[in-house]
Amino acid sequence: MSYRMKSALGNKIRHALQALVLLAVLSAPLQLISQDVPEPLYPLRLVNDYVGLLKEPQYQHLEQKLRAYNDTTSTQIVIVLVRTLNGISKEEYADRIGERWGVGQHDKDNGIVVLVKPKIRDKRGEARISVAYGLEGVIPDAVANRIVNHEMIPHFREDDYFTGLDKGTSILMALAAGEFTADEYKKKTEGSVLGIIIPVLFILMVIFLMSRNSNRHYTTGSHGTSLWTALWLASMMSSRGHGGSWGNFNSGSGSFGGGGGFGGFGGGSFGGGGAGGSW
Amino acid sequence: MKKSFIVLIGIFLLIGLIVLIAFLASISTYNKMVQYDEAVAESWSQVENVYQRRADLIPNLVNTVKGYADFEQETLTRVVEARSKATAVNISPENLTEQSLAQFQQAQDGLSSALSRLLVVIERYPDLKANQNFLDLQAQLEGTENRIATERRRFNEITRVYNTYIRRFPARFFAGIFGFEQKPYFEAKEGADEVPVVSFD
Repeated sequence: MSYRMKSALGNKIRHALQALVLLAVLSAPLQLISQDVPEPLYPLRLVNDYVGLLKEPQYQHLEQKLRAYNDTTSTQIVIVLVRTLNGISKEEYADRIGERWGVGQHDKDNGIVVLVKPKIRDKRGEARISVAYGLEGVIPDAVANRIVNHEMIPHFREDDYFTGLDKGTSILMALAAGEFTADEYKKKTEGSVLGIIIPVLFILMVIFLMSRNSNRHYTTGSHGTSLWTALWLASMMSSRGHGGSWGNFNSGSGSFGGGGGFGGFGGGSFGGGGAGGSW
Repeated sequence: MKKSFIVLIGIFLLIGLIVLIAFLASISTYNKMVQYDEAVAESWSQVENVYQRRADLIPNLVNTVKGYADFEQETLTRVVEARSKATAVNISPENLTEQSLAQFQQAQDGLSSALSRLLVVIERYPDLKANQNFLDLQAQLEGTENRIATERRRFNEITRVYNTYIRRFPARFFAGIFGFEQKPYFEAKEGADEVPVVSFD
């Protein structure tokens, strides 16, 4: 009896010691890293502005949008604005933030880090989207590259950081939620002739089908929906120029108060996916 | 007679206890070594994954570039050759030695330098640089290089944990018995930090 108890206790002590040794060994490289990227701002938030670029309402808008998205999908998109990259590349900087803060859920690795170093006098501005393992499939590098260079940097160039971030995160959210695929987004940014013809044909087809259906006394509700879907798809596929018109998730989600901190990061893991640009 | 018998039993018990403790210690140490060994193997497969990902991008890249009639064929040929050399070298985790890793690294570095040479040459073709297909490939290539750097760093970190563990007491004592050996690290490539020089001669 007492022997068994003793050995159990011994086991516990040994495990505790092993855990301590392991912790010491594993945390050694982390300690080196921790000097390169900042700690998250407290109370924890998704928009971490170390520069003070965003005005209060702009910050509130982005924070609430991202927090609502986190609450409904568990996908965490973090915005980080910094003054300096501390001498490391923007890729490494953003990946390290993602890894160290643990952006995204541990079991899904569904985190995104949007890093921006604004252009300050003659120093180049840099932007990077880092994508955790779990989202690499829906946001491939080529697409992240287009979001940075087509949706964000043009606004950053005009010192409009808020609009760039707002548009960029809206597209990231829609992609991560599967609202539309990377290929559809690519087509949109290319603005080909097909992008105009296909929606037109689509609408014509829907109108044709509807006019046929209405003779057969179908329920009314489905007509409205399919027309709405068709219009939505059409606007989605049409040529470039109105990036901000879709993916506006924030409308109608006013219940998320800005007062409390958000639940915290989940421990997502980053393998180097994503893309960046500079201006 | 009776006294020495008791002493003998005592000695046996003591030896038995020592053996038991050694046995228990060896079990947990052995399990730890297996666990770290597996972690290194897993990390290694990730390293090979990202290198394979890069190799998979190259046919696409070559095809895109080939479309430009006057493009230097020699540079392309060199990339294709370096790719086939690089994909020929595969190491299973249990054969990870300093020598085999050096061989692997040499083949991959050959591909890296052939690729960076290609990208330098492409600078001279403004049409190609504006090609959306090429821009996508370039973004993918950059992302892959970044993944390679990440996985290499992780491999080195986990290998360091493994190596440190098997060199420490008591694992050091059992590692020799069970055949756990030191594993090699990736070394930074000479001149890897240098930006390739663009020359127009």
